[in-house]
Amino acid sequence: MPATMNPTTSRIQVRPATEKEGRKDYISIRDFNFYYGAKKALESISLDVPERRVVAFIGPSGCGKSTLLRNLNRMNDLVDGIRHEGDITINGRSIYDPGLEVISLRRRVGMVFQKSNPFPKSIYENVVYALRVMGVRDRAILDEACETSLRKAALWDEVKDRLQDSALGLSGGQMQRLCIARAIANRPEILLMDEPCSALDPIATGKIEELIHELKEQFTIVIVTHSMQQAARVSDRTAFFYLGKLIEYDTTEKIFMNPSQAQTEAYISGRFG
Amino acid sequence: MANSPSDSATPKGEPWVWFTSLGLIVGLTMVVGLLGLVMVNGFAVFWAPEVPTVKLVDGTTHIGQLAQRRIRPGSPASDPRYERQYQVGLREVNGGSYVWVDEKKISQESIEPAVLGLERMENGPAFVVPVALVDSQGIRIPAGEGKFFPALEAEVRHAGEIREQLNDINRGQIGEVNAEMESLRIAQRRAEDRREPTQAIVERLAKLDARFAELKAAGDKVAAGISATRLEVRDASGRALTLPVASLVRAWEPNRMTFGQRVGLFFGRLREFLLDEPREANTEGGLMPAIFGTLVMTVFMSLLVTPFGVIAAIYLREYAKDGPVLRAVRICVNNLAGVPSIVFGVFGLGFFVYVLGGSLDRIFFADQLKYNNNTPVLGTGGLLWCSLTLALMTLPVVIVATEEALSAVPRGMREASLAAGASKWQTIRDILLPASAPGILTGVILAMARGAGEVAPLMLVGVVKLAPTLPVDGLAPFLHLDRKFMHLGFHIFDLGFQSPDSDAARPMVFATTLLLIVLVVCLNLGAITIRNRLRARFKGASF
Repeated sequence: MPATMNPTTSRIQVRPATEKEGRKDYISIRDFNFYYGAKKALESISLDVPERRVVAFIGPSGCGKSTLLRNLNRMNDLVDGIRHEGDITINGRSIYDPGLEVISLRRRVGMVFQKSNPFPKSIYENVVYALRVMGVRDRAILDEACETSLRKAALWDEVKDRLQDSALGLSGGQMQRLCIARAIANRPEILLMDEPCSALDPIATGKIEELIHELKEQFTIVIVTHSMQQAARVSDRTAFFYLGKLIEYDTTEKIFMNPSQAQTEAYISGRFG
Repeated sequence: MANSPSDSATPKGEPWVWFTSLGLIVGLTMVVGLLGLVMVNGFAVFWAPEVPTVKLVDGTTHIGQLAQRRIRPGSPASDPRYERQYQVGLREVNGGSYVWVDEKKISQESIEPAVLGLERMENGPAFVVPVALVDSQGIRIPAGEGKFFPALEAEVRHAGEIREQLNDINRGQIGEVNAEMESLRIAQRRAEDRREPTQAIVERLAKLDARFAELKAAGDKVAAGISATRLEVRDASGRALTLPVASLVRAWEPNRMTFGQRVGLFFGRLREFLLDEPREANTEGGLMPAIFGTLVMTVFMSLLVTPFGVIAAIYLREYAKDGPVLRAVRICVNNLAGVPSIVFGVFGLGFFVYVLGGSLDRIFFADQLKYNNNTPVLGTGGLLWCSLTLALMTLPVVIVATEEALSAVPRGMREASLAAGASKWQTIRDILLPASAPGILTGVILAMARGAGEVAPLMLVGVVKLAPTLPVDGLAPFLHLDRKFMHLGFHIFDLGFQSPDSDAARPMVFATTLLLIVLVVCLNLGAITIRNRLRARFKGASF
């Protein structure tokens, strides 16, 4: 199944996969080992994420795909007793560089979570939160960022008349799109999505997948998903993880049509996982 | 139970429902009983019942309000004999306000319409038979005439107005002048000591002296207006007595009043209770200073304890590394909540009053100490130290509640904020604190409830039986944290155990208790309203 097919929307502009642009190794993970205490969660992972492409991480529960994703913006720092070996670089610079503040890393790497987690604030304040914590006070900039982000997240038309209402009054799908708008408001370079559609119905899922297509014009996107169909629909490249190891990483087409590893084929055809 | 097949009509599965609900019923009964007892006894203080005239077989007569009825101590259980207590008033004549009467010895009990109830500035109430109202010119209005009672009421009201004016001059205006003179005299002594010119001070003092004399004259003028009218009455045994109308606070005809008038009197007394100052060693009059003191102290305590508790909890929950030290600190904090309150009082006296207050006095009020006979300003009990002591006592409550609230904030919200590039402090300030505000307020409510009812530590650090001034008034700096103040809880203790006339004080104990309960409930309702408003903002959160 080709990666980009959704003829119902004209807004999607499909780039030919052959077009050359951006760094091939925009995010580069090298010999990465990761431990929760004594437990080894990731084992010598090496993979490159090209710039302005969508890469999907798939694999059974507990395979380490979310752990890897959460390392890309060092969200795992919140957990006690973690340890890593190897390195991750973004645009050539190590994210573990002592000279790099974790805050500035997270400003460049936005994240959307599995459960939508809007703040108990107004829709407007939710979207501009990242700008506010950067110290932006200028109302015009905030207004502009709010509208742009909500438009990009395909939520603007639904909420433009009630920006000052609580974000908690939105529906599940709207909340998740709001979280996406929030994640892209400060124009990060990379967007991490941790099973963004797992709690949504098919219509909301469709909207968010459409969104991913549009967002990859500007962002490098890494998405963790349990839905093989979703990975096939949205991603350019797919990585299959199993028990903390990277089993196979290739173009999505290759992974789904002609995987080189038996385990990958078994997982994709639903024989285990 | 639906899936347990049972042929028997009686359900077998849940005997514990009965047992546990029994526990609840016992608890509820006790609470309702407590409130009922306090309310019945408390409100009875303000109600004016009919006043019977009781003749005894030995010929003595009492006019008085029935206070209570009980089995005579020592009478056999098989044939109990009852005795009644009447509040007869006229303490200066009868030697006491209350008499016990053996029921068997009552020969006649009647309701005489003429009986007059009087509340007086001194010596408690009186129940008498009126004879006549005599004014300064000797004009008599006999009690039988229709205009007697309206005339008496008008006189009593007039006397009240004059008392109020005198009070305003003596306590209010002269008080202000005195306060300024006091500080000027200190300044004068200091200036003389340092051989600085005292000219300006002396001039100002002279001006104040003149003002003082002026006010005194004004006071005398008002005092001259005090009615010389006398009320001639007869007591129960027929002795003639003369009472100056100026000494009366209120007069009522307990046996002629309509129900509506009784209700009016009830609310009149309630109003006095809430808004006036106490009289007669606190057993009569109002409780305004105590209500005000309790309120100010509790609010101030909450303002102190909330920031300290929240900051401490943020450190414990968000910054401190988990480990044996943190666990030990947490256990200590929790145990602090169980320390007897008097211990905090002793600490407050030893540390806040003597050490802290004494040091502050030496640093900031050295002149006052030196030139005012070593009278301490902050080195003695006061509102500030009371609030601080209670804030310390209730700190664990706020810390525990805040920690719980912080840990109950969904992980997702915290992660979302950090992922957006917020620092830890920004996350705490913008996300965690607003989200945990309802929980924090719950802690503050509990702290307020505990603080408002606490008496023991306050007795050591600044609550007094009678404070001449309120902690908040029109004199700069308006909030006087160094002043001693009155407190409802201490008032109850004082009435119940320190009062010279325990029979007269007992109903006031209940009334004051009721007031304290109402005050605490009101404070809590206020805080709960705020909390619910906050909660409404988080409603619909689907985490």
